[in-house]
Amino acid sequence: MTELENRSQSSEEFLKGLWKENPVFISVLGMCPALAVTNTAINSLAMGLATTFVLVCSSILVSLLRSIIPKQVRITAYIIIIATFVTVVDFSLAAFTPTIHKELGAFIALIVVNCLILGRQEAFASKNKVGLSVLDALGMSLGFTFAMLCIGIPREILGSGSLFNMPLFGESFEPWIVMILPPGGFFMLGFLLLGFNWYTQRKEKNAKILDA
Amino acid sequence: MENLIWIFVSALLINNFTLAYFLGLCPFLGVSGKLVTAFRLGLANIFVMLITGACTFVLNTWVLPYAPYLRLISFIIVIASSVQFVEMAVKKLSPELFKALGIFLPLITTNCAILGLALFTTNKGYGFVEGMIYALGAGAGVTLALVLLAGIREETRILNIPNVIKGTALNLIIAGIISMAFMGFAGLFST
Repeated sequence: MTELENRSQSSEEFLKGLWKENPVFISVLGMCPALAVTNTAINSLAMGLATTFVLVCSSILVSLLRSIIPKQVRITAYIIIIATFVTVVDFSLAAFTPTIHKELGAFIALIVVNCLILGRQEAFASKNKVGLSVLDALGMSLGFTFAMLCIGIPREILGSGSLFNMPLFGESFEPWIVMILPPGGFFMLGFLLLGFNWYTQRKEKNAKILDA
Repeated sequence: MENLIWIFVSALLINNFTLAYFLGLCPFLGVSGKLVTAFRLGLANIFVMLITGACTFVLNTWVLPYAPYLRLISFIIVIASSVQFVEMAVKKLSPELFKALGIFLPLITTNCAILGLALFTTNKGYGFVEGMIYALGAGAGVTLALVLLAGIREETRILNIPNVIKGTALNLIIAGIISMAFMGFAGLFST
């Protein structure tokens, strides 16, 4: 493989997570954190970054150990590796940012069972070199963080009239409370997926017209 | 006694695991196409949750006070292996029950609802009886949500729905409406 091809493959692995294989919008993975903690933009960002840390670290470790881990117990091994990093995140958040840790509550610990992370270990990190695995993990987790913000920012603006805790509108703004409550999460993701469907279907239709 | 009823109703309706905490969404959206399958998945969920409740109590009483940093790892491993163990026992003792729950059991083990149950039980400091009642309520709540969504989805199949909203987007919006209806239960115990 020439150097140019190599580089284009790397950027491909990195970029696919952002848009083409976006974990939340396209594969619909990792939904329970995506809906549960996205009631404010800060919580969404914190959850995205925590997931990024866990995904990147466990991808590195799984990729390094990929020839040592026996095939039969690989899933268990991945889960133990992931759980270790989640414990690290859990304890560090509790130490450095106690307020965010309190708001995210048990959902930090629930990163362990986020199907996105286990999915990347099984599908990518266990078969590829460390460098590529890191790029894949970074792309996927940036895509995840992006999706979290896409859900969290509108929910906070509509539901409490603020962004990153700064009030946006005047006194007269009447918050749309249901948006920061659980149903708001379902609606927001539902409408975002609707938009995504509309965009892809329109693109396919246009491509068909151009082909004909 | 009143306390136990409160724990059960709260887990079943007010703080429904699926509709208020978004736990166990993957099977909720994936397997809720047919009513019968959804109901059986719900039953399997109750079964695994009761085992989880028992395991959580054992771990919290005898293991975790000495090693709090092992919380996550031990929850996952102990729950997964004891479910597998009980699964083998059920296969031997009652093949019919195994056939009804069978394929779902390994799927559910790494479900976020199961780990969520273990964590919430720990955070709330429930004892054995309270923990088991909470597990039963949570399992029944997941079953209720699954059956409701599956029922509505079976109905939508005969409707004329635009292509653009078909699939997950529609399911999420239906789930949002059910979740909004469930918020009405919050007033149940306030007075």
